[in-house]
Amino acid sequence: MNIHEYQGKQLLREYGVAVSNGLVAFSPEEAVKAAKELGTDVIVVKAQIHAGGRGKAGGVKIAKNLDEVRAYAKELIGKTLVTHQTGPEGKEIKRLLIEEGSDIKKEYYLGLVLDSATDRVTLMGSEEGGMDIEEVAEATPEKIFKEVIDPVAGLTGFQARRMAFKMNIPAHLVNKAAKFMLGLYQVFVEKDASIVEINPLVVTAGDDVLALDAKFNFDDSALYRHKDIMALRDYDEEDAKEIEASKYDLSYISLDGNIGCMVNGAGLAMATMDTINYYGGSPANFLDVGGSATAEKVTEAFKIILSDKNVKGIFVNIFGGIMKCDVIAQGVIVASKEVGLQVPLVVRLEGTNVDKGKALLNESGLNIIAADTMADGAQKIVELVG
Amino acid sequence: MSIFINKDTKVIVQGITGATALFHTKQMLEYGTKIVGGVTPGKGGTEAEGVPVFNTVEEAVKVTGANVSVIYVPAAFAADAIMEAVDADLDMAICITEHIPVLDMVKVKRYMEGKKTRLVGPNCPGVITADECKIGIMPGYIHTKGHVGVVSRSGTLTYEATHQLSQAGIGQTTAVGIGGDPVNGTNFIDVLKEFNNDPETYAVVMIGEIGGTAEEEAATWIKENMTKPVVGFIGGQTAPEGKRMGHAGAIISGGKGTAAEKIKALNAAGVEVAATPSVIGETLIKVIKEKGLYEKCKTH
Repeated sequence: MNIHEYQGKQLLREYGVAVSNGLVAFSPEEAVKAAKELGTDVIVVKAQIHAGGRGKAGGVKIAKNLDEVRAYAKELIGKTLVTHQTGPEGKEIKRLLIEEGSDIKKEYYLGLVLDSATDRVTLMGSEEGGMDIEEVAEATPEKIFKEVIDPVAGLTGFQARRMAFKMNIPAHLVNKAAKFMLGLYQVFVEKDASIVEINPLVVTAGDDVLALDAKFNFDDSALYRHKDIMALRDYDEEDAKEIEASKYDLSYISLDGNIGCMVNGAGLAMATMDTINYYGGSPANFLDVGGSATAEKVTEAFKIILSDKNVKGIFVNIFGGIMKCDVIAQGVIVASKEVGLQVPLVVRLEGTNVDKGKALLNESGLNIIAADTMADGAQKIVELVG
Repeated sequence: MSIFINKDTKVIVQGITGATALFHTKQMLEYGTKIVGGVTPGKGGTEAEGVPVFNTVEEAVKVTGANVSVIYVPAAFAADAIMEAVDADLDMAICITEHIPVLDMVKVKRYMEGKKTRLVGPNCPGVITADECKIGIMPGYIHTKGHVGVVSRSGTLTYEATHQLSQAGIGQTTAVGIGGDPVNGTNFIDVLKEFNNDPETYAVVMIGEIGGTAEEEAATWIKENMTKPVVGFIGGQTAPEGKRMGHAGAIISGGKGTAAEKIKALNAAGVEVAATPSVIGETLIKVIKEKGLYEKCKTH
């Protein structure tokens, strides 16, 4: 799960990690009120959307007075911002962060991420802040430093200092930078983050070391123990069908095609998409119903697929292990009857309780086209959709 | 022969009294797996599917002599269950549970350092040695005894591949689902090494998917060490790039992780990669025919 910059900064504040003062605003009036409260000469008006590249796309404005704050806020709220991470459709700006301006001396990069090669959380830092860090990694990998963190000891003081020195943080600010990193690590582990990026981390003319931006991503599997983080979820940032799916613990991702897919297992779901593409079709979604789906969940999954108006046909591809074929069959039957299925449905069932599942489908009286294999099913649905 | 498990493997089921565990305990027993006990704290002294239930893994091992545990414990308690299995010095712990918080697994991996137990999973279908021992959730009937080893990051794709092999008359030694989580116990290389050393395994099917660098690392290992033919498949070749906020994940893997990169790495190691999941079996047959192993691998 992602959160907004202003929410991330609030979280950092709670852990004693230095960030600029700022307030969230949902309207130009609120923006002006926030700017008055901050009372600084320079005010930064920042679009809050779940995507990077906002500055380049014109989503960050520097205001010198309250009139400018109002004008920029009016311009930004309701505007669709297109950055390299939003896709061509962009994202509508509904919230702004009104922040005091900083007198920046130098920008750096800091990140915490799980490295699955070492199975450890890794701190990454670079002197090349404020830039596209992927480009830095590509062109000059030697400018990115790493500290692998032992989960028992946590990020240690010496590691944080070593990182600060390598990043060429001015010597008299190394302890401030180290304190920043230690706080950042504490938030990361206590809130089960999967990525935290501070780009840029800045050193100011007043010798502060603070976060000018904050990107957080949290481990969905751990959200059950962080109600406070769950409360930060912004439904406006997500696809309506994906939100609906998440209510039923279904892993659903909207795609551009017209063949709805319902599959068990992420690997098989991806492979099903690959196979549909291979036969010249185009999947409308990725949907993994998981291993513990009930007939009710399957019914909901089916409804979500059908709520996509682009869907011209459905391919159900199940290889039951923990998932039982009869449970899938029940869900498919109930859902088809409830929604009055109008599009062709191809079902391929294999695995646990396959005979029971096939029998249920045969007895249902529904117009279901049976497929023997994944390839057979993919070919059939591609032909039917045309 | 086989790898990891065989007809003599004695298994306990952690979380045995849960609905999923009960269902699969029954299926494993029907397959012939020696399930000697189960563990559910507070239910010690009772029975489930005809096997004794214990309060702790330590006690279960002491009484039954089990050497492998299979874990069906809910995600919030699964990391603890793995550590309990490791503490009891089992040879192997196979964790089926999905959605375990990643940082819990980071701790588990640290806890396992220097200890004896091999972890398979989490978020995996388990391990099966055909006709001898089935540990996990895979449907038993799709497996036949033979000479091809299967290793996969994806549960359902493992079934897909195994089913194709069996239908084509190509049996398997052992099929290992290593799981799709970023932090897991056993990786491709661990399993490939075992297959390489197993005299009964003549060829291997390896199924990967996008993300991470496990397939690239396996490719390097195969190039340098593997003496048996390997056929591959990578799931997610047409998956669009995810909507992501940060870049940190991409940096740490040095830009690796796409299907194209993985296929390239595998091809460079002499691994033929199936174009679609439906032709994994066909591709293997083509390769073992070329190597003169087809007759030796054909089981019926």
